[in-house]
This record gives sequence, structure tokens and C-alpha cells, in this order.
Amino acid sequence: MAEPLISVRNLKKYFDVGRGKTLKAVDGISFDIYPGETFGLVGESGCGKSTAGRTIIRLYEPTDGEVIFNGENIYQLSRNEMNRIRRNFQMIFQDPYASLNPRMPVEDIIAEPLDIHKAYKSNKERRDRVIELLKLVGLNEEHAQRFPHEFSGGQRQRIGIARALALNPKFIVCDEPISALDVSIQAQIVNLLKELQKDLGLTYLFIAHDLSMVRYISDRVGVMYLGHMMELATSEELYSEPIHPYTQALLSAIPIPDPEVQRNRHRIILEGDVPSPIDPEDNCRFVDRCRFATDRCRKEVPEFREIKKDHFVACHRADEIIKGTIN
Amino acid sequence: MGKLLEVKDLAVSFQTYFGEVEAVRGISFHVDRGETVALVGESGCGKSVTANSIMKLLPMPPAFYKSGQIFFEGEDIVKKSEKEMQKIRGDKISMIFQDPMTSLNPTMKVGKQIVEGIIKHHGLSKDEAKKKAIEMLDLVAVPQPEKRANQYPHEFSGGMRQRVMIALAMVSNPELLIADEPTTALDVTVQAQILDLMKQIQDKYGTSIILITHDLGVVADMSDRVIVMYGGKLMEEGTTHEIFKNPKHPYTRKLLDSVPRLDMDRSESLHSIAGTPPDLYKPPKGCPFFERCDEAMIICKDHMPEKEYHTNSHYSCCWLNHPMAKGATEGSEI
Repeated sequence: MAEPLISVRNLKKYFDVGRGKTLKAVDGISFDIYPGETFGLVGESGCGKSTAGRTIIRLYEPTDGEVIFNGENIYQLSRNEMNRIRRNFQMIFQDPYASLNPRMPVEDIIAEPLDIHKAYKSNKERRDRVIELLKLVGLNEEHAQRFPHEFSGGQRQRIGIARALALNPKFIVCDEPISALDVSIQAQIVNLLKELQKDLGLTYLFIAHDLSMVRYISDRVGVMYLGHMMELATSEELYSEPIHPYTQALLSAIPIPDPEVQRNRHRIILEGDVPSPIDPEDNCRFVDRCRFATDRCRKEVPEFREIKKDHFVACHRADEIIKGTIN
Repeated sequence: MGKLLEVKDLAVSFQTYFGEVEAVRGISFHVDRGETVALVGESGCGKSVTANSIMKLLPMPPAFYKSGQIFFEGEDIVKKSEKEMQKIRGDKISMIFQDPMTSLNPTMKVGKQIVEGIIKHHGLSKDEAKKKAIEMLDLVAVPQPEKRANQYPHEFSGGMRQRVMIALAMVSNPELLIADEPTTALDVTVQAQILDLMKQIQDKYGTSIILITHDLGVVADMSDRVIVMYGGKLMEEGTTHEIFKNPKHPYTRKLLDSVPRLDMDRSESLHSIAGTPPDLYKPPKGCPFFERCDEAMIICKDHMPEKEYHTNSHYSCCWLNHPMAKGATEGSEI
């Protein structure tokens, strides 16, 4: 494979929640994202996937770790240097209602990144670029003067995408871009994101909790749980041969839209809820809900290691699971 | 198994400043005892309005019943007074909602909220009611029910709150449980727990369930029959098997195709449905799906198709399935 576009190394983001307590939202994750690929990040609410996405493009200052982009650790850049490099990073948000300023016409919303980075010479150039972007996302010129409330959810998400594309970024963090949309509209947006990726050579970090959609859109997928990366593999392999007990449970919990298959499959139902990320113990984060937990899992954090080619997993018992000696 | 609920030609509208919004436009369906019926559709198709009108929970005005009857155990709910409804709600028909945080009272201990319902419907003493409340929490598998009954909703996780909601709904062992997107706000692993719990409770008490959802995976898992709703009208109805294996309405087919499946090839593009659902402020005269349908014909624009039965339990409303329609769809059994 080519050189990674972005390398995340031992990234940590802690939040001080008062009374001397620390919320460890992201607690030492490492992975690479290659140019032109879609890297899916999945996990349940509170697992730290959104915090990871935001910290990677330095919307949050990290607690520890590095992110290498173009050979530079972006966390060491000064404010000015960061502004220069930031045009390569963009973000698409979950809520198309909250992420567009209701008092701005669409033209100004889409042109805001251009304004900030002074990326045009004349007003005509600005307007032409906005119209070009609108067409790129399947809207048209007449939409430029309207306000966000005049659009449906799917159209608003298109506006958000146009804004993200304004500066020709290389890397886009898509934070649950389709969860707020109806099924029929989700497919429209996902198809659009795929087309844009092909035409413009974009790289995505696609954060979502809808596992079937993530499988469909991603080349490789990472599974997070309570701030740790549990497993990482190509999407085909992760879904066909999941190793980590958490990934197995997560996949078996997705209801399949086919009554015969759904009612006859063997399912692993996890007990309990995701524990609190505040001051977690130094053990496998999944230990309390795991079918295979041993004393070692309670004492040691399992190492995140490459167990097969391009397949990483953080589990003490991964070898036994692969060999099938435990079930 | 007789009919528990029968909705006949129900139409519900909202009188707004801009005019009348026709949310539900003449729908008929029934629910048998002990079965689960899924009501599927996109936002704004009228599925929640339908559910709320069965409970008579819509604010009137602006909402009003334009026509139709809702027979529950043979009696018409539309005609009932608020006082009569209070005896039915929570006793014979219960409801659980999407967001368990906003439907529980945040200032009241969980146990007390359940006790309130028990005293109201059963007239038990406080101590007896408290005992019963703890039993209910135990039934929905809330761990340490005695301790949890003395806690406030904010001390519960999303999944636990939904369990409390189910406990509340089940106190009087209702005949009908309406679940409006009960797992939409939950994570998949917790969703699996809650769906399992609902199945267990149904097995134990024989409760009928109306399950409102947009997640076709949940439908495949839970329901006996499926009703597909669009633009305030019913598009298709059949057993779960019929709807998933042999969908007859173009909208149902498109809806099923737009969900990515775990076994599909990633290079295929998803089948999206172009456009957006119709505005029910001025609903279309003909088929509401006309504008987004690839197979639309001239007649679809101005004339709403009648029900066309494919089997005793399976019908669709589409001109393509009319016996006079030329070139009926492939694989059709007509």
C-alpha cells in the first residue's frame, strides 16, 4: 500500500470532569488512513469515536499522541501554520439542522470557508465557485439565495457537503452524516459521498453506529469501545471473520432485514450497558461484558497487535478464538 | 384469535395557520390478539399520528378526526370522552415512546412513577403498589430493583430507562402495546436486549403489539404482519414473509433496496429513492408516491389506486398491480 495520508499514533484525549476525575474519551489509539480510502470508525455511543474524529483534525487539543500529515506532526504546528494546513481537513456533521446557520443564505454558508481562507479574487469568482459546488452536490443555482429552513434534511446535508468541499480538501471527517436522515434519503447521500470520492480523490474518516452502512461505504473499519480500538481490518474481513468478542457481539446484534435469516441466526446478546469512561481501570475495557474474560483480562490491557496481515485486534484470547479452541 | 383493534377509514388532520395538514388520509387495518403488527414508513408519513390517534393523545385542536372509526374490543374510541379514555389508557392500551428520557418525569423517583399508575388503575394500597412496582422492575430485568426504584431517571442509562418505560406500560397487563420507535435512540447491543425483552413479555402475557419503526431489520425480527405507509396512506400490507420476499408496491421494493445488506457487494451503488415525500399540506390527488416512482403511469397522477389483493393477507395499492395494467411486474402471480 502507498504511504498513509494520515498516521494516528497513540492518540489520547482526556476531559477533566471535576472533583479530580478524568473522562478518558480516547485512550491511546493508533491507525493509518491511506489516500483515497474510506476508513470507517464504529462503536456505540460514548465509545469516543466522535472525539477521536475531532481530535484528529485538531478541533480538540489532544492530551497525548501525534497525528502525522505530510510528514509533519500537526499537533506541533503553530496557530498560523495550522490555519494553512487546515484547509486540507474538513468535516461533515450529523445534524443537518444544527450545523447550518439559519440566518445565512446558502451562498454565504458555502462560501464561508472561501472567505476565511481568502480563496477568491473577485465576487464573481466566489459566486461561480458556489454555483459549481451546488451543482457538484446535486443542487442548483436557484438554491444559492435561499435559507436553510427552506430545505429538507437530505438537501441540507448536501449543503453541508458543498461547504466541506469548498477548499478542495484532501481529508473529510464524516461524523454520522446520515444518522438523522430517512432510509431512502440516506442512500442518496451515501451514493453522493461515494461519487465525490471517486471524482475528487477524497479520503474519508466515516464515523457511524450503523454497521451495515459502514461496511458498505468503508474500505477498512476500526471498532472502538470505551476509548480503545478493539479491532481493525478490511471491511470484508471484519464482517466475515470478526475476532474480538465485542465485534462478534456487535455484528450479531444488527437486525438483518430478512425475516428468515434474522429469526434463525445465532445471536450473542450482551448483558448490561457500556460502563462509564470516567477513570476506567487498567484492564481490557470490555472485560465485564465479555463471554471469554479471564483473570488476565481483568489485570492487563491487551496489546493492539497485528494478528493476521492487515488485521489488528486487542484481545488476550485472540489466538484461541482464531483456532476455535474456545466458543 | 379475534380482532382486538380495527381501524376503519381513519383520517386525521391538523388545522394550522396555513391551512389543513392531512396527516392521515383514510387508512384501514386491524390487529389480532397476540400478534405484532409493524407500521413502517419515513418521517412524516403519518405513522406516529396513527398511533397517537388510537390512544387519543393528539392535542385537539389543532388535530381533529376527519372521518373513520377505531374499534377497540368492539367499542369506537373516536366517540369516547376524555374521562372514558383515561380508563383505557395505561390499562387496556399502553404506549412506549422513542425517547425514554423525555417520557419519564425527571423529578420523580422511578418507583413512585410506577406506583402512581398502579394505584390509579388497581386501587391497591401504597405498600402493595410498591411491592408490585418492584415486581415489575424485576420483570423487565432491571438489576437490584429495590435499590433502583428509589433512584431518579437520570441515574439510569438509555437502555435501563426504556426497561422502566416497558415496566410502566405493562403494570396493568394491557391488551395492546403501542411501541413508537422503541429502540431508535438506543445502541445496537442494547436494542437487541430491549427487543428480546419485548418478545419475552409478549410470550408471557399474549399482548398485541403495534410496532412503529423505520428500521426494516427490526421489523424482520419482530413482526408477524407489516403495514407500509406513505404520504398518509397505506401502500401495502402483508405478512412479514410476503412483504420481504414478494413486495408488490414499487415503494416497498425501493425501501427494501435502499438498505445496505451485510452480504451485498460494495461496488454496487445503493438504490436511492430520488426526491422527498409529498407535503401533506396540499396532498397529491393520486398516488402519493407518484413523483418519486420510476414506474409511474399517467393514471397514477390523479387517481389513487384501490387495494389489489394478492393473497388473503397481502394487498397493495398500485395501478401496476391492477388486472388491466399492461406488462404487470415480473414474477407477479396474477
